[in-house]
Amino acid sequence: MSEENGVIYRISGPVVTAMGISPRMYEVVRVGDEGLMGEVIELHGDQSVIQVYEETSGISPGEPVIRTGQTLSVQLGPGLLTKIYDGIQRPLPELEQTMGVFITRGVDADGLDLEKIWDFAATAKAGDEVSPGAVLGTVQETETIEHRVMVPPGTSGVIKSIKSGEFNVTQTVCTLEDGTEIAMMQKWPVRTPRPFVQKYAPDTPLITGQRILDFLFPLAKGGTAGIPGPFGSGKTVTQQQLAKWSDAQIVVYIGCGERGNEMTEVLTEFPHLIDPHTGKALMNRTTMIANTSNMPVAAREASVYTGITIAEYFRDMGYDVALMADSTSRWAEAMREISSRLEEMPGEEGYPAYLSSRLAEFYERAGRVETLSGDDGSISVIGAVSPPGGDISEPVSQGTLRIVKVFWGLDAGLARQRHFPAINWLNSYSLYPPSLNQWYRDNISNDFPEVRTEISALLQVESELQEIVQLVGSDALPVDQQLTLEVARMIREFFLQQNAFHDVDTYSDLKLQYTMAKAILSFQEESKKALAGGAMLEDVVNVPARSDLMRGRFAEGYAEKIEGLLDDMNKQISATMEAN
Amino acid sequence: MSGKEYRTITDVKGPLVFLNKTEPVAFGEIVQLRLSDGTMKNGQVLDTSDDQVIVQVFEGTASVDRQTGVKFMGDVFKLPVSTDLIGRILDGAGRPRDGGPEIVADEMADIIGAAINPYSRESPEAFIQTGISAIDACTSLVRGQKLPIFSAAGLPHNDIALQIARQAKLVGSDDDFVVVFCAMGITAEEYNFFVHDLERTGALENACLFVNLADDPAVERLITPRLALTAAEYLAFEHDYHVLVIYTDMTNYCESLRQIGAAREEVPGRRGYPGYMYTDLAMLYERAGLVKGKKGSITQFPILTMPGDDITHPIPDLSGYITEGQIVISRELHQKGIYPPINVLPSLSRLMNAGIGPDKTREDHKSVSDQLYAAYAQGRELRGLVAIVGEDALNERDLQLLKFSDIFENQFLRQGRDEDRSIGEGTLDYAWELLSNIDTKYLVRLDQKWIDKYHPTEKKE
Ligand SMILES: Nc1ncnc2c1ncn2[C@@H]1O[C@H](COP(=O)(O)OP(=O)(O)O)[C@@H](O)[C@H]1O
Ligand SMILES: [Mg+2]
Repeated sequence: MSEENGVIYRISGPVVTAMGISPRMYEVVRVGDEGLMGEVIELHGDQSVIQVYEETSGISPGEPVIRTGQTLSVQLGPGLLTKIYDGIQRPLPELEQTMGVFITRGVDADGLDLEKIWDFAATAKAGDEVSPGAVLGTVQETETIEHRVMVPPGTSGVIKSIKSGEFNVTQTVCTLEDGTEIAMMQKWPVRTPRPFVQKYAPDTPLITGQRILDFLFPLAKGGTAGIPGPFGSGKTVTQQQLAKWSDAQIVVYIGCGERGNEMTEVLTEFPHLIDPHTGKALMNRTTMIANTSNMPVAAREASVYTGITIAEYFRDMGYDVALMADSTSRWAEAMREISSRLEEMPGEEGYPAYLSSRLAEFYERAGRVETLSGDDGSISVIGAVSPPGGDISEPVSQGTLRIVKVFWGLDAGLARQRHFPAINWLNSYSLYPPSLNQWYRDNISNDFPEVRTEISALLQVESELQEIVQLVGSDALPVDQQLTLEVARMIREFFLQQNAFHDVDTYSDLKLQYTMAKAILSFQEESKKALAGGAMLEDVVNVPARSDLMRGRFAEGYAEKIEGLLDDMNKQISATMEAN
Repeated sequence: MSGKEYRTITDVKGPLVFLNKTEPVAFGEIVQLRLSDGTMKNGQVLDTSDDQVIVQVFEGTASVDRQTGVKFMGDVFKLPVSTDLIGRILDGAGRPRDGGPEIVADEMADIIGAAINPYSRESPEAFIQTGISAIDACTSLVRGQKLPIFSAAGLPHNDIALQIARQAKLVGSDDDFVVVFCAMGITAEEYNFFVHDLERTGALENACLFVNLADDPAVERLITPRLALTAAEYLAFEHDYHVLVIYTDMTNYCESLRQIGAAREEVPGRRGYPGYMYTDLAMLYERAGLVKGKKGSITQFPILTMPGDDITHPIPDLSGYITEGQIVISRELHQKGIYPPINVLPSLSRLMNAGIGPDKTREDHKSVSDQLYAAYAQGRELRGLVAIVGEDALNERDLQLLKFSDIFENQFLRQGRDEDRSIGEGTLDYAWELLSNIDTKYLVRLDQKWIDKYHPTEKKE
């Protein structure tokens, strides 16, 4: 990796052209007198085209460009969790220390704290034959997460010596017979997927505590989902809800080209939130990447790769990882911006022709796998999409929908009515239920899939009836159809609507979701009987216990109370028959 | 400043000048052009290489010829900043416009503005009472927020912006706002309207104006907001001021951006606007907020007029994707004679939850606001149905909601241009009074405990 020096020939925004060096594609180079970090993205005759991860104003042609021999990589090892990074894995707190509150340029920072001492507990022993991915030992990285130190890809042999004790991430913890020294830290090039043995079909749901997601449009562990929606429809809130409540063991949250304050919010809120599965702070399992809209676009382009590589690293330890990218459209726009500076032939709406293959490659890094060590790990990827004008016929939405298996379609109309989550239940879909149904039958209830089907069917029927209501008004419908409308309204207002900002309503356990759905069906059943027995619809739907049952979900301990509330409602509904 | 003067212009295209040059020129460097008649123009380097430099000329390229002298100033664009900016009126390039002296620089600040480290931000959560019920109840504003007004030609967005500037205050604090006003391509008449109002209320002494009018150079508009925000950052983060930045009209700014893109023959994004417009706008809008360890704040009120009243047009669309909500002005309400004609349904304040509630506004605020929305949204939807089937087809609940939608518009929204309603009595209590026109059993968004406490006829004393 001999160092080579060249000079800048041209600067156009984040794209710099250099002459006099012959680097490899995707090699990291240092640009200008300040040594700004850049990555080679095109070789063109004797010119090397570089995208620069920092502001380029004030840089002149003739300044130096220096090869590093490295491709854009991340540092992997203990110390990733609870951290917040920019798009190229520079820890933001360290940038604050060196630059102050504004991000200036020309500062390097290691992704991992190289000084910090960790307590390494060896689990392998001398004489063991180890191959890539084998666990050598563990470190209690945070209160809840045990970090598994692995043999890096490409390395194998027989352990000559290994010792437990206190080490920093660059010190050797294990030596192989052939003299190879292994430290806790690995480096991995972000644009190359980390290896695994094979992919499995997902069979377990990623439980999110969000009723409309878990019940109607579930995501599997190892699955992929897209959330397109216009601004203000709830992409970010949904992503944050998933980061908070989904039952993944590790969460990687990428704020890609979005608002600074949203990242601040995550940073201030997460340390105080308790993970319902572990009872400990949620921050323990989280890594964040924040490359906001006003930070350099080239680093925004890199941010999703940095994120997914970190996710793969934890997957390789056998963890279930969930990765949220908000928003993939901003990533695509970064590609577009760079591509147009390269004067590449544009595809649709100015996006580069390779847009859809880049999207596919990214989502392909999700999945449930057999890891190199024979363990089972997964990455679920949830990408927000921000279609211009909310119109999903555009390239990024379409490119995403061709790949992902779950579509949570956000709807401006619902958001305007403050029906949250504003996920349209008529056009959203999940392709996972057939592979998850057995899990629901075994773990929640044997009739879970049937209850889901009934609930969706009611919503379908409602939408057909609504068309008639628009023409003649609801009073003109026969009473059984009016009841169907009431039941569907109950599904919408009591079940689908869920307030992310309400302490209790924000999370619904899957068993409770099932009980709530059954309660709705039971309301329908009892009401039908009462109506057949001569009760008035008006009386049936207005029994006070129904509104107690519905409002009750906002109170602590609802799971214990719901059966009682349901009994009361059913009794009151029966009583409406006598009233007549 | 001693740079060489080049006479090597090869091409002039729209606002761009292309020249072959000799020595290296920095990206973003400031350029001075001297025309044959002695006129001076200013510009900035957009692209630079050993063979060619592209300069965007702020004042436009009229009269530029191959003999025009081009001088590179050796630095990027900087604004002289000091607290003397307060009370001054500058032009769109930062030169005095009020006949006063040059600003004596306390420091020279780079106008591009570095990004605030997301880790160094502080969450905005101090409620600003604007005295306008629609905003305070439904799209509450907090200090450090960027909340644009989405309007359209012929609507009273300026009145609303000024009313906010006049009335905005932090409840229980006497910290005052300094206003930084930035005009981009607005008419002299609109500008005078702003200045007179600021003068009338004495706010002008506490304001700093950057003015580029409709007949000022269009390309200059690309730097005017950057100057304004640079001044705002200096005042907020070096001198602890709470700064309210009003800039209008973002639509003119975006038109200038499009003009440059077209002249460079860039591949356009949607409707001819550059593909990087999102990033460009973000570099303005994100210069709002609070940062750790600094007392001051920047709150932004950008005003934009939606071409064709179309909220999906790239200008409002990309803005809405960056800002922390939007206040949408409605032509329909304006035509009904309602001021302020704010349509609360598509309006949103993303930071509202952080700024309201017990200790901040009132415990019932969230509940009341949700209920107002829901009732008004449903009531408005029923209007369409009634037009087809008549009121007779409505059940009791729907009838009440329908009536409420009129009450909401005529009483809650409608208020005087100088009417300053307090959040408690003026806005929330009033909302309860109006909501009591609907039977409680239909008010499903209201927690029972707030009904017991605040409902005018059903409260339990
Ligand atoms: N599940 C939810 N519960 C309550 N409010 C929500 C929910 N989802 C969205 N919202 C509201 O909608 C606003 C916009 O949501 P956000 O996720 O920021 O939209 P987007 O990212 O699509 O622009 C939020 O500020 C919040 O007021
Ligand atoms: Mg968002």
